[in-house]
Amino acid sequence: MLGPVAFSLSAPSLASKGLALNIFDPAIFPILTADGLTNGAVYALLSLALVLVFAVTRVIFVPQGEFVMFGTLTLASLQLGRVPGTLTLLLVLLAISTVLNVVEALRRGDGRAAGLAAGSGVALGAGVWALTTTLAAAKAPLLVQVLLTLLLVVPLGPLLYRVVFQPLRNASVLVLLIASVALHLVLVGLGLVFFGPEGSRTPAFAEGNTALGGVTLSNQSLLVILVSAVLMLALYYFFDRTLTGKALRATAVNRMGARLVGIRPTAAGSLAFTVAALIGALSGLLIGPSIAVSYDTGFLIGLKGFVGAIIGGLVSYPVAALGALLVGLIESYASFSLSQWKEVIVFTLILPVLLWRSLSSKHHDEEDE
Amino acid sequence: MTAVSPLLEVHDLHVSYGRVEAVQGVSLSVGAGQIVSVIGANGAGKSTLLGAIMGALPSRGRVEYAGRTLAHTPLESRVAAGMTLVPERRELFSSMTVEDNLRLGAYTRRREGAGDLGGVFTRFPRLEERRKQLAGTLSGGEQQMLAIGRALMARPKLLLLDEPSLGLAPLIVREILRIVAELRDAGVTVLLVEQNARAALAISDFGYVLEGGQVRLSGPAADLAHDPAVVASYLGTGK
Ligand SMILES: Nc1ncnc2c1ncn2[C@@H]1O[C@H](COP(=O)(O)OP(=O)(O)OP(=O)(O)O)[C@@H](O)[C@H]1O
Ligand SMILES: [Mg+2]
Repeated sequence: MLGPVAFSLSAPSLASKGLALNIFDPAIFPILTADGLTNGAVYALLSLALVLVFAVTRVIFVPQGEFVMFGTLTLASLQLGRVPGTLTLLLVLLAISTVLNVVEALRRGDGRAAGLAAGSGVALGAGVWALTTTLAAAKAPLLVQVLLTLLLVVPLGPLLYRVVFQPLRNASVLVLLIASVALHLVLVGLGLVFFGPEGSRTPAFAEGNTALGGVTLSNQSLLVILVSAVLMLALYYFFDRTLTGKALRATAVNRMGARLVGIRPTAAGSLAFTVAALIGALSGLLIGPSIAVSYDTGFLIGLKGFVGAIIGGLVSYPVAALGALLVGLIESYASFSLSQWKEVIVFTLILPVLLWRSLSSKHHDEEDE
Repeated sequence: MTAVSPLLEVHDLHVSYGRVEAVQGVSLSVGAGQIVSVIGANGAGKSTLLGAIMGALPSRGRVEYAGRTLAHTPLESRVAAGMTLVPERRELFSSMTVEDNLRLGAYTRRREGAGDLGGVFTRFPRLEERRKQLAGTLSGGEQQMLAIGRALMARPKLLLLDEPSLGLAPLIVREILRIVAELRDAGVTVLLVEQNARAALAISDFGYVLEGGQVRLSGPAADLAHDPAVVASYLGTGK
């Protein structure tokens, strides 16, 4: 999916000559490896998001890739000085969730909470609208546009949770999956409406190349690897060291236990979706300069993260991340020698891994409440 | 229940699982600073009663805690308000360490600092030795200590204990109940469900006997322990 980003050699044109190319050629192999690691790093981030969301909320989050698409295309819109359609989606979701919150508070007979929910919903919506329209028209500098993109895309996570998945929180995994697929289709459709059928790229955050031990890497792909690594370390720190991160893990391990220590499952779910949206949006920003992203690009990217997550059994973060890196590498090697078969090779090679996983994994039943 | 003001009052509580009514109009009162026991046979509805008081199960009737009626208060808010349940199944975070389990116990107190880890370790030195061990690998007795320790980290005013002696050796049972008595002396109010009726009544101020989801008998613990009906059904003649 992600095109070769790590090298500016004309490798694809070499490949297209249909020659029997040896990927182990010492001049090519390190480049392909770096390329695979670049894409794999992004898949790894996405697989972590998928594992997190599933572990905390039992939702197999098919639309994870749509956060990526919204990330790239929101920034691309801002680059053109347009107000991205993402704002409309955000405001509509904010309105629905505000209504839900107000109704819920009124049902409890808590008028003050209802007023607070209504007031904060309106204020937030107005604030985001004013900020976006102003900054979009002003063609703000790239960094400001990046921050604005995050401000527009990241809240979609908790809002989608509030509107779609929180009301379904006691439903079965299958029902949640159906909702997830439906949401994926809706978001792809909205992507088409908001951004049109053409793909867009965003400007590179870093120009030029760096030579590392005989291999020349573009600074952009170094940046992708670096940011992904930092993000993974940050996630590790969050889950391993902070009480909030531990609370998320606790909810995943034992929902009833988590409730008994006062962790609200809906708060945990909302936070998991926030992290997932943040990871998705950042991934979109990272890959935007390398490939042309269009409204339907998200699915295949998300799917590769998903393969990593499945390799990790939807429970193990390190295995999921390694699996996703593996997907990136296989894809890179395959795209060089047999580019038209790339996706076929990626998903076919995954089959034996999945088979081995399903045979070797102990079946532990889901913790029932 | 004489001069002590009640911390928990339950009026005419009903809990149903589908068409089966497991708790049928139970009323009880727990005075502040007391240990109150609920004893009864398997299936009498004891765990169901505790679950409903805690808000983990939907119920009809009235639950009053610290003078406030808890109607729409979700379980998590009851924890924040000072009620904590140690359930029959313990519900530990099995793939997390002992220390993480304890720290998470203080989740509702996170703005007031890290919680009293030292205090729990003083009470359960065994947990300090095992602080880096995964909760799921602890022995049954250690798991029960961890479950109680985790509950104490929330600094509860009212502790609901569901069969803390379940599956434990007699020596540990005595140890656990001694700690429960100590907690009461430290100001924690305890509602205790126990199969081990003799030991439970020995440390309790008041007791209720539950049968088929209804209160059959109630009275000061010392009186219940000598009540012929209780002796015959729950205390037996042995030890
Ligand atoms: N989830 C459930 N669905 C249907 N019936 C249930 C459920 N949980 C409990 N019951 C029934 O409700 C009744 C009371 O159960 P409960 O667990 O409260 O008893 P208990 O007094 O705690 O028993 P024990 O001493 O064995 O723990 C039992 O008849 C039980 O079969
Ligand atoms: Mg029970």
